[in-house]
Amino acid sequence: MYKFLTGFMFWISVSIFFIGLFVRFILYFKGLDWRLDRVAYKAYPFYGIKGALKSVFKWMIPFLTHGWRQQSFMTIAFFAFHIGAVIVPFFGLAHNIFIRSKICISLPFTLNQLTTDILSWLVIIGAVMLTIRRLVLPQAKILTKKSDYFILFLSVAPFITGLCARYEVGNYLFWLYFHIICGEALLIAAPFTKLSHFVLFFASRIQLGMDYGIKRGGMKSKRGINW
Amino acid sequence: MCSGKLCSKEPVKTKEQLRTLLKDTSGKLYYKQMQDLEVDTDLLWKTIRTTLKSRIKTWLEICSRCGMCAESCFFYLANDKDPTQVPSYKIQSTLGEIVRRKGKVDNAFMRTTMDVAWGKCTCCNRCAMYCPNGIDTGAMFSYLRGLLYLQGFVPWEMKIGAGMHRIYYAQMDVTDEEFIETFEWIAEEYEEDYPNLKIPVDVKNADILYTINAREVKHYPEDLAYAAILFHLAGENWTVTSKGWEETSLAMFAGDWEACKIQVKQVYEAMERLKPKRMIGTECGHAHRATVIEGPYWMGRKDGKPPVESIHYVEWIAEALRTGKLKINPEKRIKTPVTIQDSCNYVRNGGLKDITREIIGYMVEPGYFVDMEPNGENNFCCGGGGGFNGIGLYRDWRNKGFTIKRDQIIKTGAKLVLTPCHNCWDAIRDIEEVFKMGINWSFLKPLLVNMVEIPESMKPAS
Repeated sequence: MYKFLTGFMFWISVSIFFIGLFVRFILYFKGLDWRLDRVAYKAYPFYGIKGALKSVFKWMIPFLTHGWRQQSFMTIAFFAFHIGAVIVPFFGLAHNIFIRSKICISLPFTLNQLTTDILSWLVIIGAVMLTIRRLVLPQAKILTKKSDYFILFLSVAPFITGLCARYEVGNYLFWLYFHIICGEALLIAAPFTKLSHFVLFFASRIQLGMDYGIKRGGMKSKRGINW
Repeated sequence: MCSGKLCSKEPVKTKEQLRTLLKDTSGKLYYKQMQDLEVDTDLLWKTIRTTLKSRIKTWLEICSRCGMCAESCFFYLANDKDPTQVPSYKIQSTLGEIVRRKGKVDNAFMRTTMDVAWGKCTCCNRCAMYCPNGIDTGAMFSYLRGLLYLQGFVPWEMKIGAGMHRIYYAQMDVTDEEFIETFEWIAEEYEEDYPNLKIPVDVKNADILYTINAREVKHYPEDLAYAAILFHLAGENWTVTSKGWEETSLAMFAGDWEACKIQVKQVYEAMERLKPKRMIGTECGHAHRATVIEGPYWMGRKDGKPPVESIHYVEWIAEALRTGKLKINPEKRIKTPVTIQDSCNYVRNGGLKDITREIIGYMVEPGYFVDMEPNGENNFCCGGGGGFNGIGLYRDWRNKGFTIKRDQIIKTGAKLVLTPCHNCWDAIRDIEEVFKMGINWSFLKPLLVNMVEIPESMKPAS
């Protein structure tokens, strides 16, 4: 079982994840149409790149944009969830050892156990906060569908099961297998669901940044758009 | 009472059609006929398949449905945080639903969608600034308006407005002859105070080609005179064109992309015919958006620019004050609490927030200017943008939405609101009419004309 999950299924899920998301990223940009979108994407590369970088960077930092500042609960929930969700799978101690055994390459640094634990707990706390928000706030509630809860559950399940395995709650092997299955399910689902935002978030922010950088004032205002 | 087919998928192309539509007071029969308008679902889906590409498709798909856009929308705030006014909900329940159903929607759905597209969104694009995923719901509503227009589900006034552009190449029934006659007549009225004030028509290779909003010809001819006076006092080598003088585009509000192209083509042809160094448009936000920002794309110009450098009137004013072409008499600076309405079309979507503040530095006595909160590109729409001002069907909704702008103005304590944009000017006027706050509002031109120093050589002989 372990061999199957960490062998065949590992390679399948990782391949689907990386190839799938790469294809979606490429298709996004191939599908941009300067005339329909009304943005001269290629005419002003400097302003385009400048606008794109600013658009991505400012939204990656907590409280740096008006949007984040306006909604502190969401900002805390969002970053608590996403920081751990991105860092732990790559740099968690056990994962780093596993990755080295698979591709014989060691990632540049490894989180110690305590940091891994804290980040994993933050993911769970962030997910709880995001769920509460969806259940309580009318402006989020009206938009939320069952699939949104499912995606949230799919995203947080590897962390819950990972912590159960880490703390050896009951049967360690059960949690370990469950953890691997959840993680691989997440990888396989990513290109085909809203989880594609792993890359399409960047794609969309780059596009809007270019739009504002090239067409909507980026060449007029010294400071550019104040996200 | 008029009769005949008023509401259809066909654009208004003749004066006769236009007259018939105009006779239908408030579009009563037009909207009645709309209830029986068939939805061409095949055409709808075909249009979507050929025009809804990567950008909008992805926006619809990756929306996290987090509702972070809610607080950015003045409709949501003005309507007691009604969740059905959340931008994401509005677009997902209209365009999103049409796409999910592959265009198989009925008449009632399309009429509701029309109400949302024109009555619950002004395409101000503010929500785009507040979405982590970079989703521009305003841009999607603009796209949706295009789909609705093709199917004939468009507010009466928008159908008329787009028709005007197709027939008169102007948003109103103003002919080329009427434009020139009015401009020359009004200049004559001021010639006594400003000797040698002339309206140069069709002068080739001028430094400035001035374009306007047809409303100025029809309703505010003084504005034309003020523009002429300021160019005259600044010693500018300027001209107007006898054809292609209209900078605005109600067709853009209507989603009639064919008419948008027809309209802007006139202006670009005038530029190519007269070869001015620059084009300067009047104090109008959407006119600038249509002719300078979006127009090049309608015309398929790969560089995204009009044929000659084109700027908004506020850019010219700032330049004229900065270079000393226009000098303000310090005694006449504004000494009353004053604020400014940042136009969505040339501030949030045109980057001119600093330019207007520079002008204020010259025009307003220090200590009298109070910015609205929020301001600049974060400012709220005046409440009447995107064609909203002109649509009678949604008047109550518009007036409800006005409460956000009203409160913003009240908080500044200003008695004068600078509105260098026709739509904003109308909206602030109507806010005052509805709420009676005791404020004044003004374009920059009339204030400047009374403020600038007249060089000795230009003064009338006493």
